[in-house]
Amino acid sequence: MKRASFVIFLAVLLVLPWLGGDYYINLGSQILIAALFALSLNLLVGYAGLTSLGHAAYLGVSAYVSGWLFLKLGWGHAMTAPAALLLTTLMAALFGLIALRASGIGFLMITLALGQVLWGLAFRWVTITNGDNGLSGLTRPAPFGINLDGASAFYIFTAIVFALSLICIVLFANSSFGAVLRGTRDQPRRMLALGHNVWLVRYLTFIVAGFWAAAAGLLYVYYHKFIHPHALGLTNSAETLLMVIAGGSGTLAGPIVGAAIVVLLKNYVSAFIERWTMLLGFVFLMIVMFMPDGLVPGLQRIWTRLTGDKAKSQELA
Amino acid sequence: MTLALEVQGLCKSFGGLPVTSEVSLAVEPGERRLIIGPNGAGKTTLFNLIAGDLTADAGSIKLFGSEVIHLRTDQRAQQGMARTFQIITLFPKDTLAHNVVLSLLGRSPARWNALKPQSSRRDLYEQAREVLARIGLGDLADRPLSQVSYGEKRRVEIAMALAQQPRLLLLDEPLAGLSMEERKTVQALLADIPRDITLVMIEHDMDTSLALAERITLLHYGKVIVEGTRAEVVAHPRTQEIYLGT
Repeated sequence: MKRASFVIFLAVLLVLPWLGGDYYINLGSQILIAALFALSLNLLVGYAGLTSLGHAAYLGVSAYVSGWLFLKLGWGHAMTAPAALLLTTLMAALFGLIALRASGIGFLMITLALGQVLWGLAFRWVTITNGDNGLSGLTRPAPFGINLDGASAFYIFTAIVFALSLICIVLFANSSFGAVLRGTRDQPRRMLALGHNVWLVRYLTFIVAGFWAAAAGLLYVYYHKFIHPHALGLTNSAETLLMVIAGGSGTLAGPIVGAAIVVLLKNYVSAFIERWTMLLGFVFLMIVMFMPDGLVPGLQRIWTRLTGDKAKSQELA
Repeated sequence: MTLALEVQGLCKSFGGLPVTSEVSLAVEPGERRLIIGPNGAGKTTLFNLIAGDLTADAGSIKLFGSEVIHLRTDQRAQQGMARTFQIITLFPKDTLAHNVVLSLLGRSPARWNALKPQSSRRDLYEQAREVLARIGLGDLADRPLSQVSYGEKRRVEIAMALAQQPRLLLLDEPLAGLSMEERKTVQALLADIPRDITLVMIEHDMDTSLALAERITLLHYGKVIVEGTRAEVVAHPRTQEIYLGT
């Protein structure tokens, strides 16, 4: 059942954007990039119970490193991509040491502060980052000599990277380590008494989340061929947190659905309504009021209620 | 012979208030030790110090001869120390079997495996079912914990500790809040614990308490007042004074 829905999802992923023109294909790419980013944040928010407001730092730094190495040192994509992933993951390893001195609100504030420090650096350290002008003149990679400048080609590339990342994230979340991670979220004190090193479990997850955010950052910079301090900022972190919570944190489908909603509202609806953020706020409000644990768990509950499986719906409630 | 648990000169203050002062305990391997004391005597604080949830200001805690005072809670658990909580601290959304599996994972290297699906670990779930069957909860193994009674949750607490096959088991008020019926079940369960596990239990007072306790330590205002066999402690004038206020 789960495997079947996964295959259906992949099929939809491959077919859907072709029903429209390039505009919709590009929209599809954006959704997948945002979804991968939201999935990486969900590892912290949903599975570790650590709400971060600075996750854009990893996406942004990965994008900046990749762009800077290309522009200033003339490295090829085969070099910049692993370098960006490695450096960003190392940064997560460093930031994790600082942020994980706390949990709850303390953790949130430290991640926010670290994210804003990097955002400030991107704005002010003009010699490296080109400040408010951002780094432009970037290119997309050409794996196996395939040009990715077309919308369809880039979409397929993004979909493949996304699908592979999703498989890895699913494996991670469903593993024994994932079960322990959820345990540390629900009852950290009990997990300690059972011999689990709660700090280390969280720290490793923090690094893994940083790695997948870095992967999303690469896709992000390839898509835009441009990087601006905005990518590192609080708005981006908060928007992604919104995707995770609206879709359903701690579920695998939730962040993907949340990413689709936010990206569609942002790009599609903003063409008709100027104040799209108001609409986003309204949608979010509705979700929080009627499905406080997110859209995916909420719809699942309605589904079991409709299909009349009473025992099961009680179990979920 | 090395002692199962040897506590010496243990001190802990919260601000200016000493809650544990110069506590020393010596528990033989296989012993059943009961720690009693009125409200606020520092019983749970003592447990939290022994288990590592609180850091002691001074003193030493030896587990089978090796010093553990500098170890974290999880490291002490790895050394064979298990505990139950006075306030039920379990995973309400997960099944009883999964609760026990989290305990088994605590002592298994599989807990670091981030690739192999947890659902494929049949061996762990089989083992958890066996542990649950042993305490008479085998039929409820697949129920979410939130759907079982309070008394059954208390037994799951004990099952999770026993699943780790600890050398020293700390039981924090294992009978608290139970009905007479449930009390008997849990008492029988505790009496069945094999002798290679040393038991240290906290209870509020002696009447309700555990016939299986061999030695009793009376704690009052963070100090050990009396220690000895059941008869000795009951007969002691200080016990009378603390409990009866005469």
